[in-house]
Amino acid sequence: MHDDGSDAANLCFHCGQPVPAGESWTLDIGGLNRTLCCVGCQSVARLIVESGCEDFYLRRTVPSARIDPEQLLPPELALVDLPGQTAEGEVSDAGDHAQELVLSIDGLRCAACVWLIEKYLARLPGIDMAELNVASARLHIRRDPARCSTSTILRGLHGLGYTAYPFDPLRQGEQARRAGRRLFRQLFIAGLSMMQVMMYAIPVYMTHEGIDPEMMALMRWASLFLTIPAVFYSALPFFTGAWAGLRARAPGMDLPVAIGIAAAFTGSAIATWRGEGEIWFDSVSMFIFLLLASRYLETAARRKSAAALERMQQAFPASALVLRGYPLQRETTLVAASQLQAGDVILARPGDTIAADASLLEGVAELDLALLSGESRPQAFQPGQEAPGGAVNLSQPVLLRVVRTTRESTLAAITRLAEQAGQGKPALAQWADIVASRFVVALLLLAAVTFMAWHLIDPTRAWATAIAVLVVSCPCALSLATPSALAAATDRLLREGTLVVRGNVLETLQRADTILFDKTGTLTQGRPQMTALWSCIPQAQALSVAAAMECGSLHPLAKALVEEADRRGSATCDVAELGSVTGAGMHCVIDGVPHRLGARHFVAEIAGPSMPAELNQPAAAAAGSVYLGNSQGWLARLDLADALRADAVDTVAAFRAQGLRVILLSGDQPEVCAEVAAAVGIDEVIAGCTPQRKLEVVRQLQQGGAVVAIVGDGINDAAMLRAGDVSFAMGNGAALAQVSADAVIMSDRLSAVAQCAQMARRTMRIVRQNLVWASVYNFLAIPAAAFGLLDPWMSAVGMSASSLLVVGNALRLSRATRAARQMPASAPAALPALAGGA
Amino acid sequence: MEALYLLIPLSTLLVFLAIWVFFRASDGGQFDDLEGPAMRILHDDDIPAQPDLQDHI
Repeated sequence: MHDDGSDAANLCFHCGQPVPAGESWTLDIGGLNRTLCCVGCQSVARLIVESGCEDFYLRRTVPSARIDPEQLLPPELALVDLPGQTAEGEVSDAGDHAQELVLSIDGLRCAACVWLIEKYLARLPGIDMAELNVASARLHIRRDPARCSTSTILRGLHGLGYTAYPFDPLRQGEQARRAGRRLFRQLFIAGLSMMQVMMYAIPVYMTHEGIDPEMMALMRWASLFLTIPAVFYSALPFFTGAWAGLRARAPGMDLPVAIGIAAAFTGSAIATWRGEGEIWFDSVSMFIFLLLASRYLETAARRKSAAALERMQQAFPASALVLRGYPLQRETTLVAASQLQAGDVILARPGDTIAADASLLEGVAELDLALLSGESRPQAFQPGQEAPGGAVNLSQPVLLRVVRTTRESTLAAITRLAEQAGQGKPALAQWADIVASRFVVALLLLAAVTFMAWHLIDPTRAWATAIAVLVVSCPCALSLATPSALAAATDRLLREGTLVVRGNVLETLQRADTILFDKTGTLTQGRPQMTALWSCIPQAQALSVAAAMECGSLHPLAKALVEEADRRGSATCDVAELGSVTGAGMHCVIDGVPHRLGARHFVAEIAGPSMPAELNQPAAAAAGSVYLGNSQGWLARLDLADALRADAVDTVAAFRAQGLRVILLSGDQPEVCAEVAAAVGIDEVIAGCTPQRKLEVVRQLQQGGAVVAIVGDGINDAAMLRAGDVSFAMGNGAALAQVSADAVIMSDRLSAVAQCAQMARRTMRIVRQNLVWASVYNFLAIPAAAFGLLDPWMSAVGMSASSLLVVGNALRLSRATRAARQMPASAPAALPALAGGA
Repeated sequence: MEALYLLIPLSTLLVFLAIWVFFRASDGGQFDDLEGPAMRILHDDDIPAQPDLQDHI
């Protein structure tokens, strides 16, 4: 599924994705007319150019994220200005006017993003300082709140195509970050100690005539002091890990490591004190350093994906609908969820997440608690019962009375999500863990036996050999083989816009033999577009009239018409007395003539019953029609249909080429489904499915022995996504679908699923290589150590090198070499006007 | 050779001094963002800010 970059003219200048055929958004950037793929990208690019930041396109090294037009300005943004909401973003008052604000930013891609954000914000009035921390994706702003509101900043960032959230340390996994920082310090200290101890060890190894005993003693004492920070600070993770393993009665790889370090250090310290015998301070500090290095690399990759997951989850439950006048009035107001007080009455619509712990007032609710309890079946709640915050309403709108504030009540859900990201382990990794744990027990026994045996043969070497056995064996390589490869692959996929939530995705996807696609929103874009226009008057005129009548409406069909008119650059036209009739259409007066736009019967009331032949064309099965007419007759018919995603055909073809059984599963009409299936090349269609039926289909397939992969997006797909062996949710889909799926396609490109499958195959190949290496190494090295052929320092090198090799092999996965990194016409040579100006 | 009797303890002290300096720098946030400064340094601005920007906001 590589993008074919050869035809750069058909790629969007902003996001680098293919421009749909027939689309023609253009913008003058750097003196040349650029093609853009959608209104979202166009408005972002326009803002960048208008704010004098068009250099961004010269500086960036990867294409920007695609912007969904609908997500340009979420209404919830305004909420952050309300008192109470901003408090959680503000960390401190600095000075009399200036105030600090911390935001977390999503969508950073390359160095130019940093430049663009900082530069744009620095030019906003009222902002003293804006500084972006790239590693933690946090933006620190000092500003005058009277002149620059939080929502202005958020709206500006949204306009540039980045998503920003008020920073909440609780949600941002502050703890994980602090742990990462501690690991970095431990690594640094171990490195410092290792280098210095080596300085004293090398003369001893090198010399032939022997060293003055007093000098020797001095160097030994110096080595002892220098090893102390490494053992008592840097090696702490191994000791705590070993202790935790012992208490859980499941000794992990930390145990032999910890015993090895402790034994070698204690033995050396005693030898130093007595002034005789061997010391291994150099081996100890090197061992600690190399082992920490491989651990550091692995956690760094893992933490990135966990952080992205948290940022995604931040988006929900951000707001709630409150009924202030209950029970007298039923008007709802949208408020920030963090403002909810105990006693407030809130409305939860179907598909809404309940913002806080609340008791049910009216109606019988069916709630999905999967996120909170893991229970997959919806549960029925009666009036008076308390529903936990974070539950998702599945049935009808219900009223609830808040019992506890959001901050207290959603904690459980957030913690659970954060844990979920790191925890899921594929079967292969679990198997490796079990093997490693048995291996550890056997190894400890072997070390003891070796010690006793050598005690009888040559007591002076017993201690050294036992340590060598403990240190050389590498259950680490065995245990790291799978997780490090998965972490690297996950990190790479994340950078490409696919968030892997559960650990089994890559392993299962590689085994999958059946793939189910939902139709609406998955194979198609999920929102209508104009496909055909028949008219009795010039087409441009018909479209401009229709667009003018619909321009205030939020109905998806209306938006599609306005978008189409914008795209074609139709002239506007003046309308008067605009009004709407629910379920029928819009009416207005143009130049004194009453016009109507909408359903056929509604227009027929003024245009007359008989429709001209031009408009009486056969429509495609998936299309719906809107009619335009005035009191003098019929004017036009506009057909709207849900268009296919640009990459749907390629994606389906890629899976078919791999021999997977591809099925289209939808709740829509059979004719519509058949048409879409034919267009993308799917033979098997199961149409008219309720969510229950979808679930049954999945179960039947699984009972037949199939490993089922599922791609879906809606609330009605949630149950099926959860039941599938591996499932993907589209990033623009329902929140419930996203939390039910094993992976979320944040880039909203269907081809990401095929990319993910390709990645899965590569990952499993690397995992197998790693496991083979770890087995061969242990098989050879342990006997060698037990027979006294290896010194402790050789063991330490061998063991650490083996771990690093495994991690290094895995990190190959995260290296990006793909063609998708290329951008449409962004080389400086292509922008002469800009290059000259800069 | 006698100088080593002074230099070895001194080097040990120096390492502990380095550890102390490192911890202070780490607490001060020196290592919090290891990527950002590298990105920023290449993007200095030679073009003067446009005074008419305020109209767009």
